[in-house]
Amino acid sequence: MTSSSPAAPQGRERRTRDSRVGDKIFMNLARGSGILLLVIMAAIAGFLAWRSGLALSNNQGNFLTTFEWAPDAPKPVFGIPVLVVGTIVSAVIAMAIAVPVAIGIALFISHYAPRRIAQPFAYLVDLLAAVPSIVYGLWGALFLVPHMDGLTSWLNEYLGWTYIFDQTKSGTPRNLFTVGILLAIMVLPIITAVTREVFRQVPRMHEEAALALGATRWEMIRTAVLPFGRPGIISASMLGLGRALGETIAVAVVLSSSNVLSLHILDAGGGTFAQNIALKFAEAGDSGRNALMASGLVLFVITLLVNGAARLIIARRKEYSGANA
Amino acid sequence: MTVTAVVEDSRPVGRSLTANRLPKWAPAAVAVGSIALGCGIGAAAGLASHLQWGLLSAALFLLISYGLSARVEGRRQAKDRFATSVVWVAFILAVVPLVALTVYTVQQGMDVVNGNFLSHSMKGVLQSGPGGGIYHALIGTLEQVGLATAIAAPIGLLTAVYLVEYGRGKLAKAVTFFVDVMTGIPSIVAGLFILSVWNLALGFGYSGFSGSLALAILMMPVVVRSTEEMLKLVPNELREASYALGVPKWKTILRIVLPTAIGGITTGVMLAVARITGETAPVMMLVFGADYINNNPFDGPQQSLPMYIWTQYSQVNNDFGYARAWGAALVLIAFVMGLNLVARGIARWRSPKSGH
Repeated sequence: MTSSSPAAPQGRERRTRDSRVGDKIFMNLARGSGILLLVIMAAIAGFLAWRSGLALSNNQGNFLTTFEWAPDAPKPVFGIPVLVVGTIVSAVIAMAIAVPVAIGIALFISHYAPRRIAQPFAYLVDLLAAVPSIVYGLWGALFLVPHMDGLTSWLNEYLGWTYIFDQTKSGTPRNLFTVGILLAIMVLPIITAVTREVFRQVPRMHEEAALALGATRWEMIRTAVLPFGRPGIISASMLGLGRALGETIAVAVVLSSSNVLSLHILDAGGGTFAQNIALKFAEAGDSGRNALMASGLVLFVITLLVNGAARLIIARRKEYSGANA
Repeated sequence: MTVTAVVEDSRPVGRSLTANRLPKWAPAAVAVGSIALGCGIGAAAGLASHLQWGLLSAALFLLISYGLSARVEGRRQAKDRFATSVVWVAFILAVVPLVALTVYTVQQGMDVVNGNFLSHSMKGVLQSGPGGGIYHALIGTLEQVGLATAIAAPIGLLTAVYLVEYGRGKLAKAVTFFVDVMTGIPSIVAGLFILSVWNLALGFGYSGFSGSLALAILMMPVVVRSTEEMLKLVPNELREASYALGVPKWKTILRIVLPTAIGGITTGVMLAVARITGETAPVMMLVFGADYINNNPFDGPQQSLPMYIWTQYSQVNNDFGYARAWGAALVLIAFVMGLNLVARGIARWRSPKSGH
């Protein structure tokens, strides 16, 4: 580290001292910003918890069982079960559609498509990850919703006996099912991008060994590619799940919400955490804002757990980074 | 199966080792056939939605290609064909909505976007009538995103430098983990946090800057991750050569490491900018929205493009509002995608040559 040039002793000493000071300043700056990020994370949790505490101490209902959301009433009453169910249901629908399709697309890009199509298509998928959610929302409300009528009545007719696909109220399909489909389209590029990277890293030797033993392409994929890619697929799905859980504005645009708890996913109604915050925020008073922060804290903790789990699964293989997706 | 093949065919004995195969054009033929059949059934049954037609065709395609292959080629080959068909169907399933989205936005937006739309605000424009524009929203978006980048880029960059060049031990591990987790923070939660600190605890009012703070929180982890990846690609030989010449570490980082990776870093920052430009939720809470031009992001409500779309859709809520929303959506998409394309262009142009 010290200067080794044959300069005069005084000069060398001064330069060494300078560089030590510079090093110290620079290192502390760098470390400081790292610490700042940790502080921000802690502050988010802390401030939301503080506000939530204020809200919960005034709540006349039960936060975990009350369906109503009226935190600004003289006797504030609010609870999250409708939001919990709505958030989980829409995210589950999104995952059920998006994960298999994303694996298919990733396989298409990495193993099936002719190279000339694969590269531009991979590129296209990456670009679509950048389309803002408000545009997805606008498209969902003005294009997707009118086109969902047929599918909705179809599901109701043939799968109505399953209870969840039973449509009990008529009306435009601004329901959790449509929201789920829209979320699936939105998280598709993210899941695809990560899964594709994992599939690309499958050792060539494994694939060639499978093929040499007479496996068909599908058998090769099932025995060599998918087992190797499983942790990657899981964590990619969880990253997508995190997005779907926290998606705000697209859901707020498409869903026609209510505080009715119902598992009939083709009926309009219900709500999600993020959508509820976006919608109720404008007319919320002090108590209302605190209540919304309480629900925001729950959402924060859920996404934290989901993302943390995804990272722990992925930790063994550092290369798959979702942030680059 | 080879036995029956031999019996059925009068092929020479030497070729009995090769099993029956479907001709190369079979998948394409099956695809065309099942699409025709699917659309036929759809039209015959009077299904209104083209979604159903498509789903029918896809299901028919899968079934027919499996059945045909199972008959001619045997079970294993049939499974292989089935998997191939599923992958192709997944590809088409993905392409359809994504292309539909882009085409529809361009179609709807093209009629609206013109010089007048880009250079006027909504001040004094009747909500129930035509006219008005997005100038105030453009100004707002540019200022808010600019401020957010000015805050987040240096912090993100320094954090990445810490992780790659200095980071050892527990602190670095914690930072890495929480940066990863932080990329998943819902934007609305970041908005709530800034609201509780900046607006409620510290008592500042609605302003563009308060929105920028929330956007900066969303941007930081993305910058850290991408910069980290780029710094890791800088060959160690460069650093060692610099140390060997007696250059102190901080100067090595500033003069050697960062310039080598500058292309990738720029790309990462631009992608992060593209991502936060489309954020609506935190802006909605913190910037509040305005119909007029406010050039000062530190004082008073502003507008931004995503929020403009939201307002025109949900509050104006008539055909004129929808038209303005599509116009703004087209401008927003064009901006974001343009940024993406330029960023990736830079990445290709100035990517560090990895390895030796």
